[in-house]
Formats: sequence, structure tokens, C-alpha cells
Amino acid sequence: MKYVDEYRDAGLARGLAAVIAQEARRDYAFMEFCGGHTHAISRYGLADLLPASVRLIHGPGCPVCVLPVGRVDDAIRLASNPAVTLCTYADMMRVPGSAGASLQKAKAAGADVRMVYSSLDAVRIAETEPRREVVFFAIGFETTTPPTAIALRQAIAKGLHNFSVFCNHVLTPVAMRAILDAPAVALDGFIGPAHVSTVIGSAAYQDFAEVYRKPVVIAGFEPLDVMQAVLMLVRQVNDGRCMVENQYIRAVTEQGNRTAQALCDAVFEIRDAFEWRGLGLVPRSALRLRPEYAPFDAEQRFEVRTIPAADNPACACPDILRGAKNPTDCKLFGTACTPETPVGACMVSSEGACAAHWTYGRFRDRAAA
Amino acid sequence: MIPRRRLDLRDGRVDMSHGAGGRAMADLIDGLFRPALANPFLDQGNDQACVPVPPGSRMVMTTDSYVVSPLFFPGGDIGSLSVHGTINDLAMAGARPLYLCAGFVIEEGFPLADLQRIATSMGRAAAEAGVPVVTGDTKVVQRGKADGVFVTTTGVGAVPDGLMLSGDRARPGDVVLVSGSMGDHGVAIMSSRENLEFETAIVSDAASLHGLVAAMVAAAGPHLRTLRDPTRGGLAATLNELARQSGVGFRIEEAAIPVKAQVAAACELLGLDPLFVANEGKLVAVVAPAGVTAVLGAMRADPLGRDAAVIGRVVADDQRFVQMTTRFGGGRIVDWLSGEQLPRIC
Repeated sequence: MKYVDEYRDAGLARGLAAVIAQEARRDYAFMEFCGGHTHAISRYGLADLLPASVRLIHGPGCPVCVLPVGRVDDAIRLASNPAVTLCTYADMMRVPGSAGASLQKAKAAGADVRMVYSSLDAVRIAETEPRREVVFFAIGFETTTPPTAIALRQAIAKGLHNFSVFCNHVLTPVAMRAILDAPAVALDGFIGPAHVSTVIGSAAYQDFAEVYRKPVVIAGFEPLDVMQAVLMLVRQVNDGRCMVENQYIRAVTEQGNRTAQALCDAVFEIRDAFEWRGLGLVPRSALRLRPEYAPFDAEQRFEVRTIPAADNPACACPDILRGAKNPTDCKLFGTACTPETPVGACMVSSEGACAAHWTYGRFRDRAAA
Repeated sequence: MIPRRRLDLRDGRVDMSHGAGGRAMADLIDGLFRPALANPFLDQGNDQACVPVPPGSRMVMTTDSYVVSPLFFPGGDIGSLSVHGTINDLAMAGARPLYLCAGFVIEEGFPLADLQRIATSMGRAAAEAGVPVVTGDTKVVQRGKADGVFVTTTGVGAVPDGLMLSGDRARPGDVVLVSGSMGDHGVAIMSSRENLEFETAIVSDAASLHGLVAAMVAAAGPHLRTLRDPTRGGLAATLNELARQSGVGFRIEEAAIPVKAQVAAACELLGLDPLFVANEGKLVAVVAPAGVTAVLGAMRADPLGRDAAVIGRVVADDQRFVQMTTRFGGGRIVDWLSGEQLPRIC
């Protein structure tokens, strides 16, 4: 496959691994913020290629994982309204809400929940089924925010009054700052987001280098991207440099996608605070629709009043999302909590640290035991 | 037999009377199913077929229901699929498939032209495989109570005495082969789903594999341990099933697994893994080391096994992991599929 296989070349990987091993002269702890990186690291078995001195810590960048139980409950309540058709990305279907509820179970009980690949599919459903109240369950970081804005604009242009957005979009740099303000582990640097950075640009991370004195290397989601980013981070640490470097130059520019940024600014505004699983209530960390879009805001149309709900107390998801614990540190991992019976959200999404380790990497636990 | 009343096969639709046991049902059977599936057993017009049993063999039986959506897809349709799928379940026991029977559950309002297309395709696939549809059943349900048409086929075959293929026979040291590229069927279905249409030249691999199996048995019968067709859940599900049944683990090489470039590209786009995507014309074989050369030669000599490849081996593992060395050089597990990846693929 052209333009993909090049980034999965085993020979180049061995070469990079050898250089990393050669240049590593201490222990390093780097956080990959994004679940996309977590997935790639597990799926391609990068742990077998990197030296033991390089530790990769999974960050909170999994959109499904960071959504608090209360918001999942909101979505389930919305879906249970007989007038509503709730459109969601597939990953959200099995995320547990309170008392073991999930959208998948709500669907089996009769709720009209549809899985969509694109926000525009939800608009199409609203158009073809004018008697249904179609709610798009919008989740994700800056990558999925512009498509939500486009869907909303398209619905308005089509004159659809039966379309609304349940907005849960969150902001990456704010979450990174929250991690650094209350560090659970000593970090030597970040592997910076891939897709998010195509939208917000590399300049958005300048504070982390200048104020927090942490190296950031923005990296693509292919395994060679990650290997190269690790080498760049090792070199920054060795040289005592703290810079934002861009490994993903084939997609990320310094200023990002200005068109997408302008569109999002026009449609969304920053919430005063938003609850994150793992990070708690984080000020100015999420988006909601601007007042002029109130008629299309599902929170207003259906009077959503989020009731904060606690995670299962035995579930270590909150600590895992902050990098404070590994999946195997959770006593539920692989016992009560598996991809078939997830207790915490990190076991649901393929970008979740627990699901990635369970699905691809758990054979290593045996070697370690 | 001449139909008593002509069915309007161009514009007509199935209505409730076509399943009510009266004249309309007889017209449907005589005017549509019987010509499409014609064979001496079916032509007797009984509610069952009385068939001869080959001596010196054991009977093999299987049944499968088909709910694929859409009903017509690149490379096949629900009619041909319901023949190939059931024949393959028989063939994986090393059996010679002998007879099929077919049950149709049809939704009121379903176009007769589509039903005829499906029945004709079923008849053609059965004739090509040399396995007649000897009896069947037709039911009609109200509009909205089914999705077009559902088909159930039951197959009967005979396996010669002495040949024993079973999922619990894989032993450490055995070699794992696949008969060709993985994921073609699932991607072909995905490409024709109404909310996902994308252009690809990939067609379903749906095919009856009993000829290929016969060649493999002839080449190295005693060395064959297990055959299985990796349908729903793909290669990943099949290897995990076999690991559990046999109480072993597998070690496979990603670089050795054939995947067409277009299938790989479509999977990349949709966030799927070709190892989890369904096949309808491929098999996985576990073979004792002494038989590998002969089996691989026999497979590659058959058009349906032209791209056959050794992909790994069976290992002792009390945790029954399917482990894979990735193309990239690292290791990972190939786990059971969790949740649903592609619903209604067959």
C-alpha cells in the first residue's frame, strides 16, 4: 500500500531501534498523549524494538475514555427518549454508564441508536427521517470538532429543524497542561498528537517547551513515526533542549488548518469547566455551541442536566488516563474487566490503554511474571 | 411442471398468499423455485427427499442461516452464498457434499424478480458444485418482520471411513496454511453497503471449496489435522477457536499472510484489520509437518488455492494465545474479535 507501507518498514525500524539504543544514556519516560499512538505502539509491538530504558506512558488522548460517566448517562437518557434517534461513533456504544448501562444495552431495549462513520451521516438521517429528532453525539478532540461544525452548518443550510448536537468536544493543550500541573509521574517529554495537530498546528504546544520546559515531538500515527519521535525526544533530553519539534511534517504545519479553526470558532465557545475522567473538573477544557446555535444544541432542546456520577471505585481508569498506573496495576484488568465485559472506558475503545494492552500485548505479562 | 398461473416475474411482488399453502404458493414453487433448482429429487414434489446413502462412509450434516445485507453484492448474492457457505462447512470435515435443502423466509412485498434472481443464482451455484437442492420450504412474513429474504440451507455429505478432521487435533509443531488472500468477502460487502459505498474492484471470494479439499485429502490425507473456513471473525476468530479446541497456541507471521492491496487499503480507511474480516471461499489448514509440501502443492495446483501460503505453526501454550510477529518486527496477540465489526456479513 503506497504511502503507508513505507512507514511500517521493518528494516528501517531495526535501524532506528539501533540508533535509539546507542544514544540512550539514562532512563526516559515519554508520554504519548494520543490513543492513536497507544494503539500503534501496541499493535506493532514497539516494546519489542525499543530499549528497556525508554518507557512510554499512555496519556489521556482517547476521546471515548475521557468522557465522564455522567455524560454517558446523558447520552443514554437522550437515546431513551422515544422521539430521539441518537447517532454515535461506534466506539461509544459499549462504554459503561452508571449501573452497567450502555448505549448498546439501551439499543437492545428499544432505543433508536445508530452507529455512524461520519457526522454527515447523522445529517442525512435527519433529512430522510424528518419525523425523528436526530441527535448527533459529538465527542472527541480537535480532530473531530470541525466535522461536527460542518454537519451543523449543513443541517442549517438544508433547513433541518430535527437535527441537534450533543456536544462533548474537548481541548488537547488544556489537558496536557492539567497533566503537567499535577504530575502523576515524572515526564521527560511528550509524543505530541498527530491528527489533532493537523488542525491546531505545532505552535499550539509552544508553552510546554518554553514554560514547562518539556520537549514535545509531534508525530504521525505510523510505527516508524513513533520510533523517529522517540529518537528525537531522546536527543532533546540528551542535549538539554526543550523544543516543539515536528516529526509529522507531511501533515502538520506551524499554524494548522486555519479554515477549520475559523469554522470552529464561529460555531463553538469554551465552557467554563468540563469534567474529564481521570483529570476531574478542568477549567476551560471543552466546547459547547455558541448561543446563536442554541436551537441546535441538544443540551438545551432536551434540557440535559448532567448528574455527576462516580466511576466504579475498583476501576483504575482515572489513574491510567493520567499515566499514574499501568493497565496491569488494576485489579479488574483481565478479570472482571475485559473487552467483552468492560468496567472502565479504557477497556472499550481500541485507543484505550487497557484495550490496547489486553488485545495486543498481554502475552508480555507472562514473560514478566 | 407447467405453472397453473403465470407469475408476474417482472413487476410482481411476494404477498402473504405466497406463503399460505394455497394455489399462490404452489404457483411460486412451480413457477420460480422448481425451474431454478431443478433436479430429479426436487421434481418429485414431496415435502422431503429420499436419498441414497453412500456405503463405507459416515454422514456429515450442517446448517447455516444467511441474512447478508445487501442481498446482492460484488461477486455473489444471498442465493449463491447460501450454497457455498453450507457446502464449505461440510467440506471442512473432509466430506463430499451430497445434498442441500433450502428454507426461505420472505418479507411481504419482496420483488419476484429479485427472488427469481436469487433462486437462479442458487441453482447455478448448486449445479456447478454438483450438489442438488433436493427439498425446501417457503414462508412469507408481513412487511417489516424480515429484511427482504433470509435463507437457511442444510447440507448433507459423506466422509470416507478413516478420514478424521477436527478442530481438536492441532498439535505443537503442526504447520498452519491458508488457501489464499484474507478479507475479500467482508470488504466486498462493506463496499456495497448503502451508507458506506466506496469504489473498489474487490469481489467476494465466495466459492465452494470441496474440490480443493478433495485434492488436499488425496495428496496428504493422514497428515491433515484440521480444516476450517474463516468466515465471520476472519482468520483471527478461526485460529482462536482452534487454539481453544485443541488446547494449543499459534505463532504466525504477518508478512506471510496474503492480503490483497485493495483489501488492505479499504481496511486501513475503515479502521478494520483484515485478519478479522470474513472470507467465504478460503480455508485454514493445520497439517503435520510431514504433509506440508504435498498439501501446499495440491492447494496451489487448484485455482481456489493458487495463493496458498504457510503462515505459521502450532505451539504449546496453556493460555492458548495466537501470537503474531508483525510486519514491523514486533510481537502482538491476535485476539478474538470483541463486539461486532461488520454485522450481517453472511
